[in-house]
Amino acid sequence: MADQFPEFDVLIAGGGNAALCAALNAADSGCSVIVVESAPEWCRGGNSRHTRNLRHMSAAYPEDEFFADLHRVTGGRTHEHLARMTIRASANCLPWMLSHGVRFQKSLAGTLHLDRTNAFFLGGGKALMNSYYQAAARRKIRVLYDAEVVDLEIETGRFRSARVRMDGRDLEIRAKALVAAAGGFESNLEWLEEIWGPPARNFLIRGTPYNKGRVLKLLLERGAVPEGDPAQCHAVAIDARAPKFDGGIVSRLDSVPLGIVVNRHGERFYDEGEDLWPKRYAIWGRLLAEQPEQIGFSIIDSKALGCFMPSVFPAVRGDSIGELAAKLELPVDAVCSTVDRFNAAVAPGEFNHGVLDGCRTHGLPPEKTHWARRIDQPPFLGYPLRPGITFTYLGVKTGPGAAVAMQGGDVPSNIFAAGEIMAGNILGKGYLAGFGMTIGTVFGRIAGREAARAARQ
Amino acid sequence: MPPDNKGLFVEGDRLMTICNACRYCEGYCAVFPAMERRTAFEPADLRYLANLCHNCAECYYACQYAPPHEFAINVPRNLAEIRVESYAHYAWPRAFGAAYRANGMLIFVLLTSAIAAALIGGMQIAPPARAADFYGIIPHEKMVGLFGAIAAFVAIALAIGVRRFWRESSGGPVGLAMLRSAAGDVLKLRYLGSGGAGCTYPDEHHSLARRRFHHLTFYGFALCFASTSVAAVYHSIFGWHAPYGYFSLPVVLGAAGGIGLLAGPAGLFWLKVRHDPRTGDPRQKGLDYAFISILFVTSLTGLLLLILRGSEWMPALLSVHLAAVAVMFLTLPYGKFVHGIYRSAALLRDAAERMQYKTN
Repeated sequence: MADQFPEFDVLIAGGGNAALCAALNAADSGCSVIVVESAPEWCRGGNSRHTRNLRHMSAAYPEDEFFADLHRVTGGRTHEHLARMTIRASANCLPWMLSHGVRFQKSLAGTLHLDRTNAFFLGGGKALMNSYYQAAARRKIRVLYDAEVVDLEIETGRFRSARVRMDGRDLEIRAKALVAAAGGFESNLEWLEEIWGPPARNFLIRGTPYNKGRVLKLLLERGAVPEGDPAQCHAVAIDARAPKFDGGIVSRLDSVPLGIVVNRHGERFYDEGEDLWPKRYAIWGRLLAEQPEQIGFSIIDSKALGCFMPSVFPAVRGDSIGELAAKLELPVDAVCSTVDRFNAAVAPGEFNHGVLDGCRTHGLPPEKTHWARRIDQPPFLGYPLRPGITFTYLGVKTGPGAAVAMQGGDVPSNIFAAGEIMAGNILGKGYLAGFGMTIGTVFGRIAGREAARAARQ
Repeated sequence: MPPDNKGLFVEGDRLMTICNACRYCEGYCAVFPAMERRTAFEPADLRYLANLCHNCAECYYACQYAPPHEFAINVPRNLAEIRVESYAHYAWPRAFGAAYRANGMLIFVLLTSAIAAALIGGMQIAPPARAADFYGIIPHEKMVGLFGAIAAFVAIALAIGVRRFWRESSGGPVGLAMLRSAAGDVLKLRYLGSGGAGCTYPDEHHSLARRRFHHLTFYGFALCFASTSVAAVYHSIFGWHAPYGYFSLPVVLGAAGGIGLLAGPAGLFWLKVRHDPRTGDPRQKGLDYAFISILFVTSLTGLLLLILRGSEWMPALLSVHLAAVAVMFLTLPYGKFVHGIYRSAALLRDAAERMQYKTN
């Protein structure tokens, strides 16, 4: 095999936010850097392409409040030392990002509650990645697209080289240090099915089709210590008509709490009014995964129009519940009877979509505990829902210096990890808007700096 | 609307529906906030949004759904296509809207034949007894009569077009605050600035080049216009007749404007050649190049006339320059020039909507 490349100081496996933060920081330390991105150029950036903000500590959002939020969503599944270190480091992310070409905007309409805690990228995550790739070009960082790391040569805990498949050929690329920033395995359908069985075939993947988890698997096979629940992923309810991959933000559907959700048999199965966004948003992915054929149907009436973000796919409409059920290919009698029983159980109250309003049903299994209004004003609208996988939790264990912990490993390592591939160390469960980008940026920068240090030794 | 244009609006509606569910681009320009104020996208809405769009292409490069993604979102191209459709749609007289098809060829033929005729005619004329005596070649009254008539026609045509736009986009009364806001957006070219970084034109790198060259063109044009207006005042009120000295106000304004009107269009041409074909409508290149060329030729002949006004070339140069100016003015309502008119009107409409939105 012809070795076309010289030895680099640092090889970055991956091409998203964490990868580019690592690449830029390593290059800023004077290192020669190569980025190996498995996606083609148009799709570069992993799931960072679909993000839009970064959560950061500030005077308005102090460390303890930030940590309390994290502790709440993870139910304590976090390493407090690493988490607090990440939170503190997030305070100086913005100046660094600005100095590397990133631009910010005021928070987007409809997300005002995030204004205090999150900084929004002007134009979203792809624009952020464009800025980083342009900064990389200015620093003469070598970037390979359509290039997948298919093997890692690791000897006694030290990285030597990566085998990279490009244009159907395998290249051996040597480097003095490796940063693994290649994301999770959420777009690896076989892997998903290994965990969740045949229902996984009905899952939709919200992000890039290129997060196959290959680098993660290679590291685990070469002795990296796993971290994070291998059987968990973050899944939300999205429009069932979204594409199999990469539907991103526009496939979201916010209509669930405004009506009822029935399954394939026309039956309700969970309290649609349980909690406010975004927690409610997250729970419905798992709920749908447990339903027959992994599908559900959000049913609202015309009173709910204008109360939620417009969806990219038009609602299925019917002038009666029966007509709507027929159009959704649901058993008409069952849906009509579900709606009738629901309507009969709705107690009077003052509906307010903005708060937990206490408008609820009485004597209905399962109850709807907030925002319960009779579904009686035609036209009636329906949206099919499926679980949409956002990310997976399994990763590799790292310390505060982003070094990957190897089994039995007292060997000084030159292998570092950043981003989703190690986010499970900090976000062991749940979801906190913009925190994935925080972890990616903080650990990307640390991994780049530490990889540069390792390369110089 | 013709069947081939119907597809444009079907696509525009599809794009805006997806964009409205995403909204990541709302910080870039006025188009996306205006989109968010709507839930349906009829042709009238899309024409308004199209004229609000400055074709900076930021939203294309930032779009996670840009081709080859299956959503194939390309807002700048669709809005560019609708923009030209809207020029023809609003044109007065309606039949002249056809001028936007093969516009480059039309203006090229008009300009070259007018210049050729003027050159041949002008070469027959002997230089006047007094050096640089323009009115010895073409009497002042004739010049004023001809260009006055053209100007009146152009003003009427543009006014009717704007009125059609304003009515179709259901615009209400115009207030002073709206005018001030829109004038600022227009005069500063706010939406080619992207907060100081410049727009992604001609490619994905941010640059202020387009804004600067456009400023040279716009303010060059304005200075030339000012020069002519000052000269008219000199002539009719003070009785001071041309030619004016090299350091007189009309000549200084005209020369400065003329230089801007050479450098600006030349720069815009240079950028246009390099423009990423994905983010524009390739069929409009003729329209763009025609306007750039006609401005350049008008300015070039004007400056040459200034330099050579004492020579025997004066009659021919004057004829050629006046021919170029005449063709430029006559085609103003049927060429790229109208982008400035409708974009200003759209920015005014946007200011009105923002103020209305704020008070509601």
